[in-house]
Amino acid sequence: MSTVVDTHLDHDDHHDHKPTGIKRWLFTTNHKDIGTLYLLFSFLMFFVGGTMALVIRAELFQPGMQIVDPHFFNQMTTMHGLIMVFGAVMPAFTGLANWMIPMMIGAPDMALPRMNNWSFWILPFAFIILMSSMLMPGGGPAFGWTFYAPLSTTYSTDSTALFVFAIHIMGISSIMGAINVIVTIMNMRAPGMTYMRMPLFVWTWFITAFLLIAVMPVLAGVVTMVLTDKYFATSFFDAAGGGDPVLFQHLFWFFGHPEVYIMILPSFGIVSAIIPAFARKPLFGYASMVYATAAIAGLSFLVWAHHMFTTGMPVFASLFFMYMTMLIAVPTGVKVFNWVSTMWRGAMTFEPPMLFALAFVILFTIGGFSGIMLALTPVDYQYHDTYFVVAHFHYVLVSGAVFSIMAAAYYWLPKWSGYMPNEGLAKLHFWCSVISVNILFFPMHFVGLAGMPRRIPDYALQFADINAVVSVGAFLFGFSQLIFLAVVLKCMAKQGDKAPAKPWEGAEGLEWEVPSPAPYHTFDTPPTIEEPVR
Amino acid sequence: MSSGNTQHEKYYVPDSSIWPLVGAVALGLIAYGAAHYVIEWSNQEAGFGHWFLLAGIVVLIVMLVGWFRDQINESQQGLYSAQMSRSYRQGMSWFIFSEVMFFLAFFGALFYARMIAVPWLGGASNNVMTGEVLWPGFEAIWPLTTTPGGIETQAMGWGLPLINTLILVTSSVTLHFAHHGLEHGKRGALKLWLAITIALGLIFLSLQIYEYVHAYRDLGLTLQSGIYGNTFFMLTGFHGLHVTLGAIMLIVMFARVLKGHFSKDNQFAFEASVWYWHFVDVVWVILFLFVYIL
Amino acid sequence: MKASLYRVLCAALVLMTPAAYAQTLQLNLTRGVTDVSQSVYSLHMYAFYVCAVIGVIVFAAMFWSMFRHRKSRGVQPAKFHDNVKVEIAWTIIPFLILIALALPATFLLIDMEDTDDSDLTVLVTGSQWRWDYEYFDYDVRYRSNMATMREQVYGNLEKGQNYLLEVDRPLVIPTQRKVRFLITSDDVIHSWWVPEFAVKKDANPGYINEAWTRVEEPGIYRGQCAELCGRDHAFMPVVVIAMEPDDFESWITNEETRLAEQRAEEERLLEMQMDMSELMSLGESVYVAQCAACHQPNGRGVPGVFPALAGEGVSVDPNGIDEHIDVVVNGVRGSAMQAYRSQLSMRELAAVITYERNAWGNDTGDEIQAADIHNFIQGNNN
Ligand code: HEA
Ligand code: HEA
Ligand code: HEC
Ligand code: CUA
Ligand SMILES: [Cu+2]
Repeated sequence: MSTVVDTHLDHDDHHDHKPTGIKRWLFTTNHKDIGTLYLLFSFLMFFVGGTMALVIRAELFQPGMQIVDPHFFNQMTTMHGLIMVFGAVMPAFTGLANWMIPMMIGAPDMALPRMNNWSFWILPFAFIILMSSMLMPGGGPAFGWTFYAPLSTTYSTDSTALFVFAIHIMGISSIMGAINVIVTIMNMRAPGMTYMRMPLFVWTWFITAFLLIAVMPVLAGVVTMVLTDKYFATSFFDAAGGGDPVLFQHLFWFFGHPEVYIMILPSFGIVSAIIPAFARKPLFGYASMVYATAAIAGLSFLVWAHHMFTTGMPVFASLFFMYMTMLIAVPTGVKVFNWVSTMWRGAMTFEPPMLFALAFVILFTIGGFSGIMLALTPVDYQYHDTYFVVAHFHYVLVSGAVFSIMAAAYYWLPKWSGYMPNEGLAKLHFWCSVISVNILFFPMHFVGLAGMPRRIPDYALQFADINAVVSVGAFLFGFSQLIFLAVVLKCMAKQGDKAPAKPWEGAEGLEWEVPSPAPYHTFDTPPTIEEPVR
Repeated sequence: MSSGNTQHEKYYVPDSSIWPLVGAVALGLIAYGAAHYVIEWSNQEAGFGHWFLLAGIVVLIVMLVGWFRDQINESQQGLYSAQMSRSYRQGMSWFIFSEVMFFLAFFGALFYARMIAVPWLGGASNNVMTGEVLWPGFEAIWPLTTTPGGIETQAMGWGLPLINTLILVTSSVTLHFAHHGLEHGKRGALKLWLAITIALGLIFLSLQIYEYVHAYRDLGLTLQSGIYGNTFFMLTGFHGLHVTLGAIMLIVMFARVLKGHFSKDNQFAFEASVWYWHFVDVVWVILFLFVYIL
Repeated sequence: MKASLYRVLCAALVLMTPAAYAQTLQLNLTRGVTDVSQSVYSLHMYAFYVCAVIGVIVFAAMFWSMFRHRKSRGVQPAKFHDNVKVEIAWTIIPFLILIALALPATFLLIDMEDTDDSDLTVLVTGSQWRWDYEYFDYDVRYRSNMATMREQVYGNLEKGQNYLLEVDRPLVIPTQRKVRFLITSDDVIHSWWVPEFAVKKDANPGYINEAWTRVEEPGIYRGQCAELCGRDHAFMPVVVIAMEPDDFESWITNEETRLAEQRAEEERLLEMQMDMSELMSLGESVYVAQCAACHQPNGRGVPGVFPALAGEGVSVDPNGIDEHIDVVVNGVRGSAMQAYRSQLSMRELAAVITYERNAWGNDTGDEIQAADIHNFIQGNNN
C-alpha cells in the first residue's frame, strides 16, 4: 500500500494548539476529544446499567421476593434496558465513529464539529433527567424498555413525562450524531478514498447512520403520542376513541428493529477490521460484505412485527414478517462465512482484540441462530416473552455488540492513548468474560424453554436451580469487567509499554500511518489514497 | 512535510465554541421543565416546571443567536470553503429527511387508524368478535364521527384548506422567484418575492388558527374527540409548527438580505430555508390529500 | 445461604449432564398435550437441529483454521480475497435451508390460526392481575385469582409445589373438543399462555383475539401471564382443568345452578343485616384476595402508584361513604382502579368497604350493608 500521508506536525497554524483544562472538554470541536467523551460516558453507563442488572439477578437468585419490591424490580428492568441500549452501546459506537472515521478516511475532523459537541453534551442531561425520574413519588418508568401502551400511558406514574422528554432530547442527540457521521463520510473523504475503498467500519457506520436518521424520528413520534395519550386525552392507543394499543407496537418496533441493527452493524465493521489484521490476510469478500450490510439494513425495515406475533395480526401479515425475518439470515450468513474464510489459511495470532473478535463471531452466531428460531411464528408463540428471548438478545448484544466494543477498545487503545493495553490483564479479562458470559446467558435458554416468562421478579420453583446459576454467572461477568476498567485506566494513566505507530503487525488502514497517540489534529491537508485500504 | 498536496484546499476546522454546551443546557432545561410543567398542569398543582421551561427557551434563543452570529461572521470573513458549504447542504438535506420520517410516524398512525383499527373495531378481518362482543352497534366509518366509546364530533370540510393549499403552493413559487433573484443578482426582486412569501406564510397560519377556532367552537372537533381529532390536530398542528419555524427562518433571511448578505456563491442559509419551506409545502399537499380530501 | 450454594453446585452438575436429569429438571420446550403443541415441539427441534448442524460446520471450519493456520506454526498467509463461486453457493444454500424451515411453519401457523367450527367458546378477560372466564352458551362466569399466599412469596411460609402457578378457580374445559378462546383485557395488555397447549395470545384492551385448543387427555395445565402488565405481572397464573366431556357437562350444569342460587341468595340477603364482626371478617378476606395486590395488605398502598387507604382519603372521610361506594362499585375511569360491581356480590362489596373504613386504625365505625350498595346502584341508574 502506498499512501501519501501528511500528518502536519509542525505547529504553524493557530488551530493546532491543544486547549487545556476543563474548557477543552466542554467547548471542544475536536473529534478525538468528543470521541473520548462518548467512550467514557458509555463506559460509565455500562457500569450503571450493569449494576441494575445485578440487582435483577440478585432478586432472581432464589424464588420468592427477597430484596426489592416488584414495582422497583420493574423499574430496574426498564432502566437497565434503556441505559444499556441508549447509554452504553449506542454512545460507545458513536465514540468509536468519532475517533476512527475521520482518521480512516483521511479527514481532519468530523464535517460539523460544533454540532458534534452539541450531540455529546445533550446525553448527560438526558440521562440525568431519565435517572432522576426514579426519585419521583411512585418511582421511575416501570413499563419495560419497550414502554407498551397503555401500561405506559393511562397506567403509568408521572415519571412518564420525564421519560418522554429525556427520550426526545436523546433522540435529537442521536440524529445529530448520525447526520454528522453520514456527512463526514460523504463529503470528507480524502482524494482517492472512493466508496469501495473505505474500511468496512466506515461502511457499516455509514449505513447505521442512515438507519438512525430514518428511525429515531419515528421514536420521537411515538413517545409524543404516549405523552398526549397520557396527559392530553388523545386516544391513539385507546380502543374507546378508535385507536389501538397494537398501533403503539407497530410504531415502536418500526423504530425498534432497525435499532437493534444499529447496535450490531458497527460491530460487524469492527470485526471486519480486526480479523484480517490478526489473520494477516485481506478481508475475504469485501464487496459482498458491503452489499450484505446494505441488505440487512434494507430488510430491517420490513421485519418489525416479528416482535408482535402474539398480538393477533392476521395470518398473512404474520407470514410476511416471518419470511422477511428469516431472509436476514442470508446476508448475515454471508458475513459470518466471509470472516471464517478470512481466517482460513491465514497466519493467525491471538492478541486480546482478536480473542474478543473470535468470541464475537461464535457467540453472535449462536444468538443469530436463536433469532432464526424466534422468527418461526408458530414456535415464537412458545418462546415469546420468555427467557429464551432474553438469552437471544443478550447473546447478540453482550457477547455481540459489547464484545466487539471491547475488541475495538483493545485494538485502538494504543492509537488513542499511545500505550499498549496490558496484555496479561487483557487476556485475563477475556477468559473471565467469555466463560462467565456463557454461564450467565446460556442457561437462560433452558429456563426460557421450560416456560419462565421474562420481566418477573419471582418465579415458580422448577426454575430455581438454573436461575441460581445464571445469577452467579452475572456476578462473575460483572466483576470481570473491573479488569477491563483497570486496563483502560492504566492506558489513560500512561502506564505500560509505549505503542509504536502500528502496534499490530497485520493491521491496515490510514489510522496506523499516523503516530501513536494520534496527534490532536490528524490530517490538515488530505492524504491521497492510491490503493484500496481495507 | 507541510508542503502537502497543493492541488487540494486546506481543511478548515472551526474553533472551539461555548454554544454547543449552552445548547445542551438549553435542551436539558427544556426537557426537564416541560416534563414537570405537563405533570403539574395535569395534576393542577403549583410548581416550578414552567420556570425551567422558560429558562430553557431563553437559553436556547441566546444560544441560537450567539451561534448563528459566530457562524455569520465567519462566513462573511470568507473562512468557509466550498467543502464546508457542501457539508452544510448535505447536513440540511439529512435533517429534512429526518423530519420526513417524523411526519411518517403520524401519517402511519393515520393510515393504521383508518385502514386497520377502526375497521377492526367494527368487526372486520380477524376481529369479527371484537365488533360483535365488545362494540356492538359501533359503525366503522371515516371520518370517525362517533367513537366506539361514544364521543361525537363533526368532520372538517375541505373548502378553507383548499384555499390554504393554494396559498402555500403559491408561496413555494414566489420563494422560487426570490431565489432566482438572488442567483441573478436582482436584489430588488429578491426582497419583493421574499416579502410576499413571508406574507403568504403568515396568511396561511392565520387561516389555520381560524380553522382551529372553527373546529373547537362550531364542530366540536377537538384534540380529545377520538382518533379522527387526534390525527387531525397532531398532523396539522405539527405542520403548523413547522410552517412557523420556516416563516421565522425566512424572516431572518429577509433581515439578512436587507443587510446585504448572501451572494450567488455564499447563500447556504438562504438555500436551507428555501428547502425547508418547500419541504413544509410538500408535507401540506400530502396532508391535504389524506387528512381532508380522502 | 448454604442451601443455595448447594443448589448452585447441583445445578452446575445437572447442566453438564442434561440427559441424566432431564426428568427432574426441564431444559427443553414442553411437548404439550395437543396435536398442535406436538407439532410446535417438532418444529422447534427441527429448527434447533438445523442451526446446530450449521453451527457445527461453521465453528469447525473456524477452529480448524485457528489450530492449523496459526502464525506460531510458521505458516505463510495466503493472499486470496474473493471467490465468486463459493460466495454464490453460500448465499443460495442458506436460502434453500430457510425455505425448508418456512414451509412447515407456514402450514402449522395456518392451522393454529383457524378458529372456525369450535364446540365451545370461552371469553377470557385479563385485568390487573387476574383472569375472568365467561362461557358462551352457558350462564357461567367467574374470576380466577392466584391462590399462592403472600406469606409464601415473602418467605414467611413454606412454598408449595405449585408455587405461583395455582389459582382459586381454574378454567374448566372438555377434552376432545375444539375450544375457542376469545381473549381480551379490561386494562393493560396481558397475554394468556398455557405452554402445554402452545397457546399464547395477547389480551388487548378493546379488541378480541382468538385462539383455540383441543386437549386429548384430562389433566391440570398451568401457565402464566406473558406480557408485562405492571407490578404483579409475576402473580397472574393461568390454570386450566381438562375433563372428559361428560364430566364437563355435569360440572357446568352444576356451576350454572350454583351461580343462579348464589344470585338468588344474594337477593334474599339484601334484606339481612350483617353485624360488624361478620362484615369485618368477610371484608378482610375479600380485601386480601382482591385489593391487597394494589393497596397492600396494610392499606398503605404504593406511594405515587396506588393510593393509601389507611388514615387518608375517602376511607376516613366521614362524609365520603357515597364516594367510597362509588369508587369501588364503578371504579375510577382511566386508572388501574376498576369497577367491582360485576366482580363482587353486594354482600362482599359492603363488607370490603366496611373493612376499609375500620381496619388499620381507620375506625370510622361506619357499617355498610348490602342494602346500601343496592340502593346506591339503584340510585345510580335513575
Ligand atoms: C444486536 C441486536 C440484535 C440482533 C443482531 C438480532 C438479530 C436477529 N433477531 Fe433479535 N432481538 C434483539 C436484538 C437483536 N436481534 C432484541 C433486543 C430483542 C428483544 C426486544 C425486546 O422484546 O425487548 C430481539 C427479539 C427478537 C425477536 C422477537 C422475539 C419475541 O419477542 O418473541 C425475533 C423474532 O423473530 C428476533 C429475530 C432475530 C433474527 C432472525 C435476527 C437475525 O438478524 C440473526 C441472523 C444471524 C444468523 C442466523 C446467524 C449467522 C448466519 C449463518 C451462519 C447463516 C446460516 C444460517 C441459517 C440458514 C439459519 N429477535
Ligand atoms: C446492550 C444491552 C445490554 C447489555 C450489555 C446487558 C447486560 C446484562 N443484562 Fe440485560 N437487558 C437488555 C440489554 C442489555 N443487557 C435489554 C434491552 C433488556 C430488556 C429490558 C426489558 O425487558 O425491558 C435486558 C433485560 C435483562 C434481564 C431480564 C430482566 C427481566 O426480564 O426482568 C436480565 C436478567 O437477568 C438481564 C441481565 C443482564 C446482565 C446480567 C448483564 C451483564 O452483562 C451486565 C454486566 C455488567 C456489569 C455487572 C457492570 C459491572 C459492575 C460492577 C462490577 C459493579 C461495580 C459497581 C459499582 C462501581 C457501582 N438483562
Ligand atoms: C389494579 C390495582 C387496584 C386494585 C386491584 C384495587 N385498586 Fe383501588 N385504587 C387503585 C388506584 C390506581 C386508585 C386511584 C384511582 C385514582 O383516583 O386515580 C384506587 C383508588 C381506590 C380508592 C379511593 C382512594 C381515595 O382515598 O381516593 C378506594 C376506596 C379503593 N381504591 C378501594 C379498592 C377496593 C375496595 C379494592 C378491591 C375490591 C381495590 N381498590 C382494588 C388501584 C387498585
Ligand atoms: Cu398480566 Cu402480565
Ligand atoms: Cu427485531
